[in-house]
Amino acid sequence: MIASDFTTVLPEVLLSLYAMLALVVFVYTGKDRHAVLSIWLTSGAFLFLALILAMGTPTGTASFGGMFIDDSFARFCKIVILLSAALVLVMGQDYAAKHDMLKFEYPLLVALSVVGMMVMVSAGSLLTLYMGLELQSLALYVIAAFRRDSAKSTEAGLKYFVLGALSSGLLLYGTSLVYGFAGTVEFSGIMAATSGGDLSIGLLLGLVFVIAGMGFKVSAAPFHMWAPDVYEGAPTPVTAFFATAPKMAAMGLFARVVHDAFGGVTADWQQVVAVLSVFSMFLGAVAAIGQKDIKRLMAYSSIAHMGFALMGLAAGTVFGVQAMLIYMAIYISMNIGMFALILSMERDGRPVSDIASLCMLSKYQPLRALCVVFIMFSMAGVPPMVGFFGKFYVLRAAYEANMAWLAIAGVVASVIGAYYYIRIVYFMYFGAESEPLDTQTPRRLTVILVASTAVITVGAAFSLFGIEPLAQLAAESLAN
Amino acid sequence: MIGLEHYLAVAAALFVIGIFGLFLNRKNIIILLMSIELMLLSVNINFVAFSAFLGDYVGQIFTLFVLTVAAAEAAIGLAILVCFFRNKGSIDVEDVNVMKG
Repeated sequence: MIASDFTTVLPEVLLSLYAMLALVVFVYTGKDRHAVLSIWLTSGAFLFLALILAMGTPTGTASFGGMFIDDSFARFCKIVILLSAALVLVMGQDYAAKHDMLKFEYPLLVALSVVGMMVMVSAGSLLTLYMGLELQSLALYVIAAFRRDSAKSTEAGLKYFVLGALSSGLLLYGTSLVYGFAGTVEFSGIMAATSGGDLSIGLLLGLVFVIAGMGFKVSAAPFHMWAPDVYEGAPTPVTAFFATAPKMAAMGLFARVVHDAFGGVTADWQQVVAVLSVFSMFLGAVAAIGQKDIKRLMAYSSIAHMGFALMGLAAGTVFGVQAMLIYMAIYISMNIGMFALILSMERDGRPVSDIASLCMLSKYQPLRALCVVFIMFSMAGVPPMVGFFGKFYVLRAAYEANMAWLAIAGVVASVIGAYYYIRIVYFMYFGAESEPLDTQTPRRLTVILVASTAVITVGAAFSLFGIEPLAQLAAESLAN
Repeated sequence: MIGLEHYLAVAAALFVIGIFGLFLNRKNIIILLMSIELMLLSVNINFVAFSAFLGDYVGQIFTLFVLTVAAAEAAIGLAILVCFFRNKGSIDVEDVNVMKG
């Protein structure tokens, strides 16, 4: 019994042991001289665990008395989280080396936050949920403020900390109400307590607080205000990380809570999630138009994308969860490509992030400009690219769940949003002449940019690389 | 006779004070940290009250976890605050303004 429980959490245990051991070993051996080794070891550990999770079959049972669930849904989320974290770590190495950020702690903090994310998507009780969420958040606060000597970075860390702690407080207050009125913290117990179909006022209040807390973590409007400042202020490799793995984890957690714990009262949370979704889509689309900084723009873009992913969740069906998972996987592959470009934007060896500096990129770096064109069209949702299929799935999920108004709102928001994606293309091909960016870009960033572009361009031809049946399996395991 | 609802009312009042402290405070970041702590502690009152009322120990165990995490959170918050102070030379809320928003 105990042995099988520990086998279930083996990936998490291995990763946290690795992080703690590596921390001690590097302190006593070479400290920052081993920073590059630390990056590669951590990425390797992520890939290794992703491989283990992909090879094994989920036990499907809940271990530790129901506190930790290992099903296809958890595995799907974990593999996406691990792969994106590994890629983003490797992507950031050149930037870190150039800008005095090559510290061995950075990959290890990422590893700890990844442990938190893996616990989040496997949570089977409110206690596991809270511990996973805090482990993730505490590590993320630190890496947001990782450039200790930069006023911007520490301010980003401070803002992220204060608003993150506020969201944890809201979530926790909701948790305490749910515990009091359902009499248990286990998701299965909450499910049983709400199976009557009507929610007591205390449980409803608790549910709303929990959704608000999770809304902060996925940066859904109206709980998005931290995102633009944190994206802009944090060092670019950290921003790239923020835009990928934690989003997947938070959406996974969101789906886990609303389906596993409150799956019996779909109508009660559906409306709240739909409202979050509409707000996020429109705010992300409209507020991004006036942005001059590409990292801020990516923050608003991710708010809009979270709106679309929440639309899949708002449908409240198995297909909705499947659509959300596909959307998130596509969103992450596009963002990795985009950040491969942003990480290489430099002028005279200094990082720049204003959009105007991309002017006429097509003239001196035609390949990279072309890649960005494809990524931008994919983000806007233009058909041959996979971004379109992500949007298609969530819109269909909303439509099939009798939420046609939500689907129509989504289409309108995505048309508004197309403006600022295509504006970047305009700058690159027809913009005013400006001082060119440095053309010396690390080879791996170009490789990742081209690879990401290839994936999102031909993905449709390969039926999204078989992600659809996997997501379906995952969604079915979640929504019983 | 003091019942469950009295405890819940106190906790709710403390929680709201914490939130207001977070948003209305225009002076000092330390006060923000204290407000956050107040919110977490009000949740603890909730948990313990429910635990006693339900005759279930999970709430008290949850409280111990929350206390531990709150301590870790305060440590990290203060560490970030020290870095911020070194860069800006002040910990006024009004000086958190390099980025608009």
